[in-house]
Amino acid sequence: MPDSQLTAAHNPALLHHFAEPQQQRDAASLGTWVFLGTEIMFFGGLFCTYLVYRRGYFGDWGAASKTLDVTLGATNTAVLICSSLTVVLAVWAAQTGRRRLLIGNLLATLVLGTAFLGIKGIEYKEKFEKHHVPGASFQFNNVMIPGHPDQYANPSHAEIFFALYFVMTGLHALHMIVGIGIFIWLTVMAWKGRFTPEYNTPVEMGGLYWHFVDIIWIYLFPLLYLIDRHP
Amino acid sequence: MSMATASIPTVERENYLNKHYGVGSWLFTTDHKRIALLYLLSITFFFFIGGFFALLIRLELLTPAGDLVQADSYNKLFTMHGMVMVFFFLIPSIPAVLGNFLVPLMIGAKDLAFPKINLLSWYLYIIGGVMMLHCMLTGGVDTGWTFYVPFSTAFSNTKVVEAGLAIFVAGFSSILTGLNFVVTIHRLRAPGMSWSRLPLFIWAHYATSIIQLLGTPVIAITLVLVAAERALHLGIFDPKLGGDPLLFQHLFWFYSHPAVYIMILPSMGIISEIIACFSRKRIFGYSFVAFSSIAIAVFGFLVWAHHMFVAGISVYAALVFSLLSYLVAVPSAVKVFNWTATMYKGSIYYDAPMLYAFGFLGLFTVGGLTGLFLAALGIDVHVTDTYFVIAHFHYIMVGGAVMGYLGGMHFWWPKISGRLYPEGWAKLAALIVFIGFNLTFFPQFILGYIGMPRRYYQYPPEFQVLNVLSTAGATILGVGYLLPMVYFLWSMRYGKPAPDNPWNAAGLEWKTASPPPTFNFDEEPVVTWEAYNYDELNRFPVKEETPVAR
Repeated sequence: MPDSQLTAAHNPALLHHFAEPQQQRDAASLGTWVFLGTEIMFFGGLFCTYLVYRRGYFGDWGAASKTLDVTLGATNTAVLICSSLTVVLAVWAAQTGRRRLLIGNLLATLVLGTAFLGIKGIEYKEKFEKHHVPGASFQFNNVMIPGHPDQYANPSHAEIFFALYFVMTGLHALHMIVGIGIFIWLTVMAWKGRFTPEYNTPVEMGGLYWHFVDIIWIYLFPLLYLIDRHP
Repeated sequence: MSMATASIPTVERENYLNKHYGVGSWLFTTDHKRIALLYLLSITFFFFIGGFFALLIRLELLTPAGDLVQADSYNKLFTMHGMVMVFFFLIPSIPAVLGNFLVPLMIGAKDLAFPKINLLSWYLYIIGGVMMLHCMLTGGVDTGWTFYVPFSTAFSNTKVVEAGLAIFVAGFSSILTGLNFVVTIHRLRAPGMSWSRLPLFIWAHYATSIIQLLGTPVIAITLVLVAAERALHLGIFDPKLGGDPLLFQHLFWFYSHPAVYIMILPSMGIISEIIACFSRKRIFGYSFVAFSSIAIAVFGFLVWAHHMFVAGISVYAALVFSLLSYLVAVPSAVKVFNWTATMYKGSIYYDAPMLYAFGFLGLFTVGGLTGLFLAALGIDVHVTDTYFVIAHFHYIMVGGAVMGYLGGMHFWWPKISGRLYPEGWAKLAALIVFIGFNLTFFPQFILGYIGMPRRYYQYPPEFQVLNVLSTAGATILGVGYLLPMVYFLWSMRYGKPAPDNPWNAAGLEWKTASPPPTFNFDEEPVVTWEAYNYDELNRFPVKEETPVAR
């Protein structure tokens, strides 16, 4: 034990209630995973709601889904997947003590995350212009149900689609904004040289969170944009 | 060994209470024991607010006519009674106070895994609580604590959004507490403290945390949808716009039924500790009691639709949920049988904590058995939304959860405060609570069975006798709840100093000082014994001058 006590005494990042750095890292890791579990349940309520109405109003939702811009959505998916790569590289750089590579990848992640939000903003603006935002000025008249040229979509049912579209993508965007905040903090800490091969838990945990937010989008994209593509 | 620790120090040694002074040392503390006390003060405050609403409800129901308040005010009274008691008292009560204080002590840790997050969770609770208070003072809510749509989204003209957001914020406080407990129990156990040596209090809190972690996010997102629907006129739950109100009920009860287990499981953990200690025996069937907690947490997630038997769900769904609701009674019954078997041939001491445990056993059993009435499809149709339901869940949530909470507060008060409470008064209070509780709620079973619906401020004259009994009981119950508050406060100044282990109880928390030092143990404990090793402890006779009444 004297060895670990020695390192403990010299390690400013080790908090008083942990016996050794490994225990502290394990606690942070488990805590993050458990937190992500609660996040799954948080989005789970929405996915459940989505499922119920998608089953009930499939045709109307197909029509509503078709108005979304698949190109922008697919671009955003690509942007996020790239950002996951830069996050992985950042974690690796932190673990191997490559400070400049770490800062570069953190900054690249920030750029990609901001680009995602920018593209999302363009899509939201388009919805406002087309009166596809649920509420008093919502319009969805005379839109045909895909595959049924004789049937018009029910505007009320389409409105529920757009309500869920905004709640789900909005909540996802909120998580992206929080993630960007975390990554700005990580960049500042990396700049100050706080992360070493021995202590880089925050980078790893921030990375886990970022991947999680990516995965949510990986599900949102087909569920919202591609409904009528696989009838 | 327990004898050596029973000596009473003449000079107060440094502990978590006297190490720092001043408001700042409390508001910015990360010590789990101090945060537990912050929670104790806050939930007691909300308990008396919720109790005040209950008092007004019972006063209104003293007479058949609607004379004390108008219908609108009455709707707000029962709504805010429910919201305050459920979200701001019962759910945080045992985990946030006793759990916070005891989980690290019982497993031999210096603190919870994330002390700052622990403090954050208290601040979230306070922010939610202030929002709720503001909501109450500026008009209140009238939807019932259940927020049923479309009334809450389209028709109620009260502060639904604000109440929903208050509960949303307080919900994250609950999530963070659960997260802290799970990580702490996994990662911070002392050397030798294996899973099979954990006190059952810890198992109960582990199970509770699972529910908090998996259930609370769902109610959070549901309340967001309700608030968004109300504020932005969406149609997600509005049948007029193609929305499905039953979907709301499913989402709501997916959390709110397991929430009942958030209230009762920690209480069961306390009862296991108390019964073993005051029967001087190892708990009967340790692993059955431990895993029944986990079973309750798991089954508890599969029974929610029994709140919706008359709401229009399919008859096949109702059958399945009825069957599953019967199943969840099994692990609860396992616990009751094991507690009874623990007492069998034990040397039972009738100290105040044990009196509360006795109360818990009786009242929880009544509450649980009437739950089976309600799980039966036929009877449920007859008594849905009557006082039978009210009586049933109060037997669980007040008769069960609050009795356990009070029992635990008495059991660990010497550890928390370093002082002994007056045993005679405590026994009297336990008796008053038991009598007052039964007088309040037993008549409500009969009222409900003969047809008095819940949530009405007027009723036919033939229901008056039972209602008068209930109101009289509520008054007695109120006295029973005020008494402990008075003598606990009294004991902090005038109580005799407590020895480290006043009950000669097993468990790591009794092996450190009363009150414990800031980092809990002067040297890291190493556990070499099974939980509840009362056979060994009994070999030491209880010392003559041990200052408890026995």
